[in-house]
Amino acid sequence: MSRIANQIRETAAAVRSKIQRKGKPTLTFPLRSLANVKYQPKKGFLELKGKKKTRTLTVATVKTFAQTLRMMSQAKTLVEDDEIMTKREAYYVSKNWDEARFDEQPESDTVIDDIEALFQVNREQLGFIPEEKGGEIAGKLVVIDRDSETGKELRIDCTKFGSGAYSIPISVEHLKFETKAKFVLAIETAGMFQRLVKHGYWRTANCILVSMGGVPTRACRRFIRRLADELKLPVYAFVDCDPYGMFNIYRTLKVGSGNAAHINRYFCVPNAKFLGVTPQDIVDYKLPTHPLKDVDIKRAKDALKNDPFVQHYKPWQDAIQQLLDMGVRAEQQAFAVHDLNYVIHHYLPEKLAVSKTFLP
Amino acid sequence: MAKVRRTKASPKRKAAKKSHSTSKKTTGKRKKADKSTAKKSAEKAPRVSKETEPKLETVAEGIVEETREEASPLGSTAEDMAKRQREISVAEFFMKNRHLLGFDNPRKALLTTIKEGVDNALDACEEAGILPEVRIAIASGADENRFRVTIEDNGPGILKSQIPKIFAKLLYGSKFHRLKMSRGQQGIGISAAGMYGQLTTGKPIVITSRTARSQPAHYYELEIDAKKNEPRILVDRTVDWQAPRGTKVEIELEAKFQKGRQSVEEYLEQTSIANPHVTLALVTPDNETTVYNRASKQVPDHTREIKPHPYGVELGVLIKMLHDTKARTLQSFLHTDFSRVSSRVAKEICDKAKVSERSRPSRVARQEADNLFKAINQTKIMNPPTDCLSPIGEELIVAGLKKQIEAAFFTAVTRPPAVYRGNPFQIEAALAYGGSVPGDGLARVLRYANRVPLLYQQSACAITRSVLSTAWRNYALQQSAGALPTGPLVILVHMASVWVPFTSESKEAIAHYPEIIKEVRLALQECGRRLAVFVRRRRKAAESERKMAYIHKYIPHVAIALREMLGLSQHQESAMVKQLTDVLERSRA
Repeated sequence: MSRIANQIRETAAAVRSKIQRKGKPTLTFPLRSLANVKYQPKKGFLELKGKKKTRTLTVATVKTFAQTLRMMSQAKTLVEDDEIMTKREAYYVSKNWDEARFDEQPESDTVIDDIEALFQVNREQLGFIPEEKGGEIAGKLVVIDRDSETGKELRIDCTKFGSGAYSIPISVEHLKFETKAKFVLAIETAGMFQRLVKHGYWRTANCILVSMGGVPTRACRRFIRRLADELKLPVYAFVDCDPYGMFNIYRTLKVGSGNAAHINRYFCVPNAKFLGVTPQDIVDYKLPTHPLKDVDIKRAKDALKNDPFVQHYKPWQDAIQQLLDMGVRAEQQAFAVHDLNYVIHHYLPEKLAVSKTFLP
Repeated sequence: MAKVRRTKASPKRKAAKKSHSTSKKTTGKRKKADKSTAKKSAEKAPRVSKETEPKLETVAEGIVEETREEASPLGSTAEDMAKRQREISVAEFFMKNRHLLGFDNPRKALLTTIKEGVDNALDACEEAGILPEVRIAIASGADENRFRVTIEDNGPGILKSQIPKIFAKLLYGSKFHRLKMSRGQQGIGISAAGMYGQLTTGKPIVITSRTARSQPAHYYELEIDAKKNEPRILVDRTVDWQAPRGTKVEIELEAKFQKGRQSVEEYLEQTSIANPHVTLALVTPDNETTVYNRASKQVPDHTREIKPHPYGVELGVLIKMLHDTKARTLQSFLHTDFSRVSSRVAKEICDKAKVSERSRPSRVARQEADNLFKAINQTKIMNPPTDCLSPIGEELIVAGLKKQIEAAFFTAVTRPPAVYRGNPFQIEAALAYGGSVPGDGLARVLRYANRVPLLYQQSACAITRSVLSTAWRNYALQQSAGALPTGPLVILVHMASVWVPFTSESKEAIAHYPEIIKEVRLALQECGRRLAVFVRRRRKAAESERKMAYIHKYIPHVAIALREMLGLSQHQESAMVKQLTDVLERSRA
């Protein structure tokens, strides 16, 4: 932690010495956008290409510059005091800064993201935590945490939550794991997760179930990543068959996002595989469908054209093309057309039997 | 304008003589009568009555023709018609056509009366080289819609013998027959106001005048004999008057006193802007006194009378001049009666017209005037002299504006003299911008002709046309298509000329001559360029001030953050604020 505090100190010192030499101080940030990332197949995630933007202190930028420095100072305090602060709280703290306060939270969020990129760390390491929920776990996993008062070890058995589930904390770095499961199944919707938990699917299939609830949060991705790395478990994703499920949810889980490319190395699961639902499944399982919306078509074409991940994998390009040709999409819950538990008894076992054919 | 009408009258009169013997008789009789009275009374200006003659005749004719048109469908005989054909009194004509002279309604009548009185006072003072001081009093009269207007000046005074005719005879004056820059042009104004008062209240016009301290002050009460257009003297005596010199005119009239747009106050304010050498005082019916003090002690330069330029003369006028000239030959007529016609040019005109330069002018008038007129317009003649004009001058316009308008920026442009239809003229324009000028509406336009404000018929005026057609957006102002510019702006335009081409006798709008419109636009553009420099500079200064404030607002936060992160002292923090401020201020410069 003090490594980050030192980094902040060094940056501040550089700014000061530039001012003392009667120069205009600068801060250099990596450019945060999909245009500045490339897919690294060996490493398995989207990595920054190295385009930078330099913010020079001028009349026009003096406000943002001051805000960035004050937020850096805030981060340094958080790190030194081992304190945390949500982005919303950071926004409220800035109200003490008189003219330098933020008027809206998006402004402070951007500044926090800038600082995060500046130091190539994730915001949790700076003490800033998101408001969003991390995701839920059920199945054959023991999470080892610490009691916040006594500091004693806490063993959390994820099989003992009954019809409920274990909630992934915002920071997962301090956790340890024990498991005898064979694989991790990451599920898009809470509804499907509930069905599998209710029928004890984790017991029958000997696995860990994760509810991502849409696009997985950083904590959720990091949690799965550690399961994959430290327990050597394969990770299978089970999402809707539409461009959003494929590229927003699955792609972010596997290789990270463009906006947070500076931290993708920690927040991705490179060995994740796509179990389904695939366009071919729609045909094979005669699933009821909905027509693709305009926004779906746009997203699919955009992925074909701009997404470095898709451009690297021919099977994905074929899958998208197939989906576009069919012009339809299908949801996880569509298997209910055959039988409510069709997915447990037929679909998942059949797919898991041919895990070698999963899309990368 | 009266001049133009006069020229039109001549050929018409000829036609009338041929067709209506009856009308000829009537007018002929009157002509004789007029001549005799004129000769007796007006020794100094023998031509005056002669000149007014055609005008009255025209009036009579116009009515006669109208009557005939009414009669013909009924199949009247010439005898029937003759019974209805009779002389029209000036009073009748005046009351029927009072809108032509600016007496359309009680409110405007008050303004016109004051305007005529003040114009006369100022013209007289300036001609005598006196710094004018004019006091205007409006007092409530016998009933609600009657007012008594008093206009008193410190001018040269009027000779006793002239007083009755100047104030109680229409179309009598010194300004009509000469081509000279002055406020009044026609010799109608003040006597028309007196007549209006007489016709609406029955009260005479009262004059007090004195030419020097050593002379007595003469007091007159006058009426116009509406039938004969002759003064009728009710009271004529000498009085004690404290003023050493000057003229006081009192007229009681039906009027309406109102403030705001097109009011007496507005007229006086605008007069004082364009005449910074004048001091005006106004006493309203509520006994409030407003004084418009002079901002300059410089009486405008004397204007010189000029002869007409051949290009500005119409055929009718040319014929009349040929008749009236004292010159023996056509060549000498052209040379002596016009400006800018040398003997050589005169000969050239004669050659072009295929008329011998030795012909007698009166003979040419009857036979070859048409050819001569065409030849004049085909010959290249030098522009008329322009030293006959007396513009206000850039400095004095600005002084006048500053006196009455609180603004942040003033500029004025006096254009070099130019010529339209043979008449020299000169345009001046000025702008007042910012300060306490209201900025939320359209710009205010002040129009002047020979230093007289024009308050009515703004949209019909050539000046307005020029203001509208100027691209004010080029000068950092806002302007909707076809509208006046928006913003805290006052636009002043002055046209000085020996003959201002008004669109009507009430002298409210200037006619649309392309030369005039162009000159006004050029003057406005020059003003606009100067304004743009000012506005842009001011905007830049405001912007840089805003940036400075911005710097001073946020730099302390940079220093606070650095102090927090680096554990600096308060002293080091304030040193940093100073250093950083230096760096940023330097980078701006």
